[in-house]
Amino acid sequence: MAMLIFLVVFPLVIAVLAAVLPVAFHKIRKIIGVIAAMVMSIIPIYLLVTYLDAGPAYFKLENPLIDICMLVVELFIAGLVVYISIRAKRYLPVLLVTVQSAIMFSFELTSGRGIQIEHSLFVDKFSIIMALIIGIIGSIICLYAIGYMTEYHEHYKELKNRRRSFFFMMYTFLAAMFGLVFSNNLLWVFFFWEITSILSPLLIGYRDDTPSIEALFRTLNMNLIGGVAFALGIVFLYSSSHVMELDKMLHLNKSYVLIPAVCIAFAGLEKSAQFPFSSWLTAAMVAPTPVSALLHSSTMVKAGVYIILRVAPALVNTVAANMLMLVGGITFLVTALIAISQSNAKKVLAYSTISNLGLIVACAGVNNDTALWSALLLIIFHAVSKPLLFLCVGIVQYKFDSIDIEDMDYLIMRLPKLTAAMVIGMAGMFLAPFGMIIAKFGTLIAFIDKNPGMAIILAYGTAATVYFWTKWMGKVMTIKYGVTQYDEHLVSRWEKFSLALLAIATVAVSLAFPFISSRLVDPYVQTVFGKFPVIGTFNELIIFVMLVSLLIILPLGLVYYSYINKDYVRVGLYLGGANVDDIHFEGAMDQKQTADLKNYYLTKYFGEDVLVNIGVIISLTLIFIMFGVSVL
Amino acid sequence: MTTMQEIFQSLTIVERMLVFVFIAPLVGGFLSGCDRKLTARLQGRYGPPIRQPFFDVLKLLQKENIVVNKFQNFNIVLFFIFTVFAGALFFAGANILLMIFSLTLSGTFFVLAGYSVGSPFSHLGAEREIIQIVSYEPMIILLAAGMYMATGSFDVAAIAMHKKPLFIALPGVLAGFLYILTIKFRKSPFDLSMCHHAHQEIVRGLTTEFSGPALALIEISHWYENVLLLGIVYLFFAFKPWLALVLTLGIYVLEIVIDNNYARFKWQLTFLSSWLFIAAAAGSNIIVLHWIK
Repeated sequence: MAMLIFLVVFPLVIAVLAAVLPVAFHKIRKIIGVIAAMVMSIIPIYLLVTYLDAGPAYFKLENPLIDICMLVVELFIAGLVVYISIRAKRYLPVLLVTVQSAIMFSFELTSGRGIQIEHSLFVDKFSIIMALIIGIIGSIICLYAIGYMTEYHEHYKELKNRRRSFFFMMYTFLAAMFGLVFSNNLLWVFFFWEITSILSPLLIGYRDDTPSIEALFRTLNMNLIGGVAFALGIVFLYSSSHVMELDKMLHLNKSYVLIPAVCIAFAGLEKSAQFPFSSWLTAAMVAPTPVSALLHSSTMVKAGVYIILRVAPALVNTVAANMLMLVGGITFLVTALIAISQSNAKKVLAYSTISNLGLIVACAGVNNDTALWSALLLIIFHAVSKPLLFLCVGIVQYKFDSIDIEDMDYLIMRLPKLTAAMVIGMAGMFLAPFGMIIAKFGTLIAFIDKNPGMAIILAYGTAATVYFWTKWMGKVMTIKYGVTQYDEHLVSRWEKFSLALLAIATVAVSLAFPFISSRLVDPYVQTVFGKFPVIGTFNELIIFVMLVSLLIILPLGLVYYSYINKDYVRVGLYLGGANVDDIHFEGAMDQKQTADLKNYYLTKYFGEDVLVNIGVIISLTLIFIMFGVSVL
Repeated sequence: MTTMQEIFQSLTIVERMLVFVFIAPLVGGFLSGCDRKLTARLQGRYGPPIRQPFFDVLKLLQKENIVVNKFQNFNIVLFFIFTVFAGALFFAGANILLMIFSLTLSGTFFVLAGYSVGSPFSHLGAEREIIQIVSYEPMIILLAAGMYMATGSFDVAAIAMHKKPLFIALPGVLAGFLYILTIKFRKSPFDLSMCHHAHQEIVRGLTTEFSGPALALIEISHWYENVLLLGIVYLFFAFKPWLALVLTLGIYVLEIVIDNNYARFKWQLTFLSSWLFIAAAAGSNIIVLHWIK
């Protein structure tokens, strides 16, 4: 238990240090960052080793001081929301936060004294998976941020340097995430949930310009709506069954648990940016890249699917679960299609994130062993590859002053190492033999058994996914003979180091797939459903062989083609006339013609404006049905 | 009747893979020769001898290695390796999903080859190749789903040994697969990304900048892929092996006839018509299959 509390408190200490130490002490701040990263990576691994062969463990922790602290922080958060909203002359958040506070405080006053909590904290395989993601990936991103934010302020001189509060919020956020995944007491879960809800908009609004503030309030509003639903769920649960613990809740009679579970799942839908809430996540891309990587790809959005997967067993065989499945499925398909039409790299990443989360939500709705197995693997593999892509795009954004994919021509010639990392990240998202695609086909099996309509959605969504990744990959890998501009030296050591770590991690988790599946995911699925899916040793072997052969062939091939193979004759491109350079040629009538191409984006079919509306309307209907059948 | 199945079962997995690796290019090349002969006859020409594709490839292999950048052929090699691997997995009787993974991977390398040379014609060809992949990808996944629903297994070996006729349970899936088979065979009306005749509007599309040995490798990969695809067609009729063999060849001939009777579609039409047809045929088939269970 001490380890769990330490994991929550330690990032807080670092956060305070980051806030107190002046920016001028750059060296010391860096050292603290490295130490923090090491500690936060090692402790979850220690937890993993300790609990590798053990089942879930529950801990009792009672201290009135903790409750008072939480109350004070909650009051402070409510006050903060009111302050920033009134300062910006926006009144919806004020209303929402008032409603939410009214619910929680009246609840605390009327029944707060009598709540008996047996176990406040717990740890099981799922918490450990989340803790590993938060600890390792989170701290790598924070390391990257140390280098990145320095450049950020050199680049945007007009911005006010609020780096200290930035790092304070980043580390506090990690603390809250740790708290969230280890809490069994639902009031604590809600408390940590609310902290992430407020930190996310504040970090999004870091730049403090019009689009950022717009995004800030959009996120804030949606988070508060989710928060109200969460609060209502808790109050319902306690008033009907006098239970306030996550594990006990799942063993309650269906009639007690249905409404609270639906409310909490709704809050989860909001946090994981499913339709109709997708717009906050795409708007949030104005934030500095480490924020996008940390909150909007690897950790916070995962908190949404985490809570949904936690309460989903309470919904087995209900209409609500089917609605959850459909909301996830629609979100998966529609956002994958929208991603085809986007040329802004960060938006492609955002939509791809929403799409993957949709698949996880759909798995939660399907609610059987195979689905849960795939969902956990999707969480793991996505959490490693996606931040890598965000960090790559963040660097390109500085060097080229653009995040348009069409401006990434010849990236492999200008930033070869970065491009390699980027390609690994993209391959990790959709190509065999990386783990993501294997998890995805786990979902195929789960969907076929449950509902073939979902299998059709998956088939089309996967095709769309292949499209937008492949064309991006092709773009950055275009080679043009004679391009000599080489920008690799512009990438700082910190950034290179974190990219390398994440790229290695992407390959490593796929290599470790049999281990992750058999030692982490299977036992958890076993505790929930009493059985787990079997992939078969032969199939695992083939995947492993594919991965290893790629790992051998790719470097060998690159060495062979760069240094050993001399048996070729180089010629110019065929352009349709006499070449002037790589994109111009002398055409007929002695005219200089240009032959250059951009990618297709198919906006006519997959334009964002139309498809988002369709997704919102369908999912709103489904969510109304979900609430309707649960309440009636 | 069952000798073919007996021979198949008597071989180990590695032996089956090796048989595929050595026999498939011969079969593929031979089929390609038949294709050219038949096409010529349909067009009122005499046509080349059936051995001609082998001569072509041998000649290409002897040509000088002309490139626009020195890495371009690496992608082709990877494309070749993973196409062969996909076929070997299939004929070894392994999991059909793994075969699909490998095939998608090889397809991606082919697209990357097109992008990597940086020529506009090749670029356009690569993009059209992606559109082709996206057009047929849902069908490939639904094919696996349908076969799993009908036979209860993803293993090709188990599907091939299934006693009931698959095409009766999966008529829509078969129809959808035949539709995208034309795309996979790179036949008209869907030969958008590159066609066998260098007279289309994008020169030779994806392969514009590939010549000599690289082009030979593309051709051989294509033979392997064709054999793999016909193997999938075979699965639909596998309850009677000889009948299946005849019908599979019949379908190959049908593809050649289609090739000769249609003008090339635009990519928009290719894309939309495939997606709609797959949804209508294979999608409905799968939903019906779920209900009657």
